[in-house]
Amino acid sequence: MDRIPILRMGDFLLVTIQIDLYDKLATNLESDLVQMVNKTGARGVLIDISGLSIVDSFMGRILGNIGSMSKIMDAETVVVGIQPAVAITLIELGLELKGVHTALNVEKGMELLKEKIGSPSDESPQDEDSSE
Amino acid sequence: MKIEREQDVVPFRNRVKEYATKINMGLLNQTKLITAASELVRNMLKYANGGIVHIEVISQGRENGIRLIFRDQGPGIKDIQLAMKDGYTTGKSLGLGLPGTKRLVNEFDIKSSAEEGTTVSIIKWKNG
Repeated sequence: MDRIPILRMGDFLLVTIQIDLYDKLATNLESDLVQMVNKTGARGVLIDISGLSIVDSFMGRILGNIGSMSKIMDAETVVVGIQPAVAITLIELGLELKGVHTALNVEKGMELLKEKIGSPSDESPQDEDSSE
Repeated sequence: MKIEREQDVVPFRNRVKEYATKINMGLLNQTKLITAASELVRNMLKYANGGIVHIEVISQGRENGIRLIFRDQGPGIKDIQLAMKDGYTTGKSLGLGLPGTKRLVNEFDIKSSAEEGTTVSIIKWKNG
């Protein structure tokens, strides 16, 4: 396997990382995601890393890059499912995962994304109200 | 274990995990050890094009632990004190490699010279 699948769901892109990534896989994911954001005009990217048993500075940098690049492309990134041991290790190592938002799980992550970009389902009724 | 390519990183981490599981190291300490090992092995690849890692189970009194020795034939580190400072880097990484790694383990020893390359030895105790 040399690619992590990226799923599209409305305005969002979803990525679930279920195995520890080889570097090449991680850098592929980075470029694939940015291209997908461009192609689909996605407003949010949700990355589930609950399958990662460790996040080292390389993986941390990839996540940060995805966040920053998506930001430039007008999309927010939320990383969810960080294992407690991974969180503790990240902080001791000195990694802060700058540029990405985090949430406990996929559900909370989706809520956060919707909040960040303003959910379309919330906006459309307002539009109707104003036109009346 | 020989480390020559980036593809060796994940199998190497798995090997460390096997050893850690063998002595029943807890998940948190395992995670810290494997992360530290991953950082060091990346340094080795980046600055010295790889090297050799020696993994062993050690014991001191009742306490078991894992010792990893990373040996490379690279150019060596000119100023170890500087390299151990938070935020210092010569490569394009985040610059938290060595000091960050040191925080994750119980013992950290580094020797380096231009002639003999760099040797880093770390120990993580099971309950450390």
